[in-house]
Amino acid sequence: MLMNLFKFKGGVKPPTNKTQSTTLPIAVAPIPARLVVPLHQNIGGTPRPVVQVGDKVLKGQLIGEADGWISAAVHAPTSGTVVEVAMHVRPHPSGLDSLCVVIEPDGKDEWITRTPIDHRAVPPADVFHHLQQCGIVGLGGAGFPAHGKLTPSKGVPMDELIINGAECEPFITCDDLLMRERAGEVVRGIAVFRDLLQPKKVLIGIEDNKPEAIAAMRAAVDAQNEPFSVVAVPTLYPAGGAKQLIRVLTGKEVPGSMRSTADMGVQVFNVGTAYSAWRAIGHGEPLVSRIVTLTGNVHQPRNYDVLIGTPMDELLKLAQPHPDTDGILMGGPMMGFLVPDPHAPVIKTTNCLIAHDDRLFPPKAPEMPCIRCGACATVCPHELQPFELYWYARAKNFGKTQEYHIFDCIECGCCSFVCPSRIPLVQYFRFAKSEIWAREREKNAADGAKARFEFKQMREEREKAEKAEKLARAAAAQAAKKAAEAAAAATTEGSAPASAATDADTPPVAVDAEKVAKKATIEAAMARAKAQREAAQPKNTDNLTPEQQRTAAEIEERRIAANLISPEPGSEKAP
Amino acid sequence: MMFAPAPFLLKDASVSQVMIQVCIALIPGIAAYAWLIGPAVLVQIVIATLAALLAEAVMLKIRGKPLALFLSDGSAIVTAWLIALTFPPLAPWWLVALGAVFAIVVAKHLYGGLGQNPFNPAMVAFAMCIVSFPALMSQWPNIGLQQTLAEQIHIILGLSPRVDALSSATPLDALKTALRLGDANLDIAQLLANQDIFGNFAGRGWEWVAAGYLIGGLWLWQRRIITWHLPLSFIGGLILIAGALWLYNPAQFASPLFHLFSGGAMLGAFFIATDPVSGCTTPRGKLIFGFGAGLLAYIIRVFGAFPDGVAFAILLMNLCAPVIDLLNQPRIFGMKDKA
Repeated sequence: MLMNLFKFKGGVKPPTNKTQSTTLPIAVAPIPARLVVPLHQNIGGTPRPVVQVGDKVLKGQLIGEADGWISAAVHAPTSGTVVEVAMHVRPHPSGLDSLCVVIEPDGKDEWITRTPIDHRAVPPADVFHHLQQCGIVGLGGAGFPAHGKLTPSKGVPMDELIINGAECEPFITCDDLLMRERAGEVVRGIAVFRDLLQPKKVLIGIEDNKPEAIAAMRAAVDAQNEPFSVVAVPTLYPAGGAKQLIRVLTGKEVPGSMRSTADMGVQVFNVGTAYSAWRAIGHGEPLVSRIVTLTGNVHQPRNYDVLIGTPMDELLKLAQPHPDTDGILMGGPMMGFLVPDPHAPVIKTTNCLIAHDDRLFPPKAPEMPCIRCGACATVCPHELQPFELYWYARAKNFGKTQEYHIFDCIECGCCSFVCPSRIPLVQYFRFAKSEIWAREREKNAADGAKARFEFKQMREEREKAEKAEKLARAAAAQAAKKAAEAAAAATTEGSAPASAATDADTPPVAVDAEKVAKKATIEAAMARAKAQREAAQPKNTDNLTPEQQRTAAEIEERRIAANLISPEPGSEKAP
Repeated sequence: MMFAPAPFLLKDASVSQVMIQVCIALIPGIAAYAWLIGPAVLVQIVIATLAALLAEAVMLKIRGKPLALFLSDGSAIVTAWLIALTFPPLAPWWLVALGAVFAIVVAKHLYGGLGQNPFNPAMVAFAMCIVSFPALMSQWPNIGLQQTLAEQIHIILGLSPRVDALSSATPLDALKTALRLGDANLDIAQLLANQDIFGNFAGRGWEWVAAGYLIGGLWLWQRRIITWHLPLSFIGGLILIAGALWLYNPAQFASPLFHLFSGGAMLGAFFIATDPVSGCTTPRGKLIFGFGAGLLAYIIRVFGAFPDGVAFAILLMNLCAPVIDLLNQPRIFGMKDKA
């Protein structure tokens, strides 16, 4: 099938070292004595453990529950007993521990009840849930939960679904062997993705140094009568980078700032992901094993189907490492890392283990000053100026590194590969990135603190205002009460009423300036006072002597004559 | 086990490999020089190399840098060879040594050493010497040197008196002086007919030296040590202005071909303007740098007071290089659509 391929700039051609591990078919690695399954294996939330020490588990039984949308479940890789839920070293350059479920296999390798689903018959949400529950994550890189990539971007039609079988890193052959031996199931997985994403085209990109895999995939596509194109792409590292493969196959350039390639109408999945997705959909099998290439300084390089959680050192023994092996590389030699502890377990994203020695990977020559030869810029697949980035990263001028687009760097290592001054450029860029992240975190923390402080100030002011209002209300009530008392007194004392009446009038005047609500409160208080007064009135006059009664009557008459009050007792009238 | 970051595979490359290839690329030019002009240049190369390495060692020692690592990087040797090739072949030994020492000490190490110099060290040395010792720096031999190697060495070492025969001018100078005399009857065609000084298309003998540099330069390009941008734009700039003036008045101005194969044009285009440390590094920046250098080289050599303009042209462009690069950052992957 002929199609127009595009080129990305840069790239390097390191010795591929792939043939060593492709001579033998995939073998199944034996179940180890202990499986250490880290709960956090990929990007996203850390799954919560749902088993306890002593629990009997079956192969494929849920042991870690997905935490949030971008998270995938973790399962028991074989049947056995949970002997520990504790912190163990994880396969990460940091060498830090993370929560792991340790299982002692019973050797029966007994499955749970597996329930396949028909992805065409159920709504997509159920398929996503199933994939998440089966722990399906991207097996090519960072292990992004697969279901999170299966929803098309809103408003952007899905043009191309790209299946990444490029496998551009030297030494790694797990995808190659997977395609050679299990192409049929890979294609079925691709069909699932196709059904969910509804792309216009499906392109399967494989580097042209894997003719057997290309042939197998073509045969499988034909056998299943699918309209997928299997495209041989030129072997050029890093052609397997998602954005590079998109460029080669479609001509689209996804900017570094764009989080999701779906926004450009294209989505990429690794062949391994398609395979394990099909195992989940078509067979109901959660992701409990993967294919790992064992190679490097070993007697018999080969690909193995390995249970997640198998300790690396134990696994590597299958390939018989030479005695001078001094470390294990996880991933390829361009982007992988030396595992800090060889006991670290295989996880879902462990595609390759390379026995390290000085013959294969000679110690680096001393770092020299940069001579700005520009070799790094010519090989950078993102067309950055690594020597400028290096200059500013070294000077800790992080603002400048961002101006020179440090976050577009995919850390492929091409620049370090060609640098004649042997500068570990990628290392400088990682340093700059993590410093910038740290500063952003600090800034966010400071912004948060500022926001909290401002809110506290606002709250205190509000409370003060409320307190003042309460006081004013209390004072008003007090005054009203006083006025009521005075008014009540007015019925008994002759000289008091005039002043009492004026006193009683003051609160309403003050209230006029206040809120309407407050006025209502005061009116209510006044009504209460009035009622009280009326109730009190008989009491006030109850025990009066006839003389007093007479005096009161006289005063009343005088006041009525003076037009000071209305004839009804207790009724107030503004003077 | 030691911590080591990815990538673990590295291409077989080093600074010394780069420098050695530059030296190899100079060999055709040097061979033509030694064959057609005289073996004195080889003596100068030895003197300049020794002086440069000595100065380098002393400076590294003072600056507390590892001696073996930096002495073997070959950068001082490239500087020394360029000095030996741009100074007159019979210049006294101390002048060449002074140039080499000045280049290494002042132009290189005082700015921070390898990779830090804003100006091409060899050109700084050339500029310093031509300003300070104009007479000695202008003593170019008449056609091929008549003396034997021993006599040439004697002259260089100051054991023999410097004879008048030495103080003839370069073909460029001869042309300029003749035109300056304002002899209206004399035109280029007549001048170039003087087979003592002029050869087939430029200076006699020198044209083949320049051709040697061209061959070496093309090899460097083929080896990807340099890109095409700088040499092509340098040559383009030179041809453009030379061609325009030549078309305007062929009697007064020499042809572009003459200029291209005269003086330091070829050496400058392929070996000096391409110095990445002091020059531009972005593709468009390189084009501007080269074009500007070619243009300035012509202006200085034709209208200026110095016999050749390449050194000053490159130094002037070195000044502008950081700004040119800053303003000509290439678009990155994924940002091409944004204008």
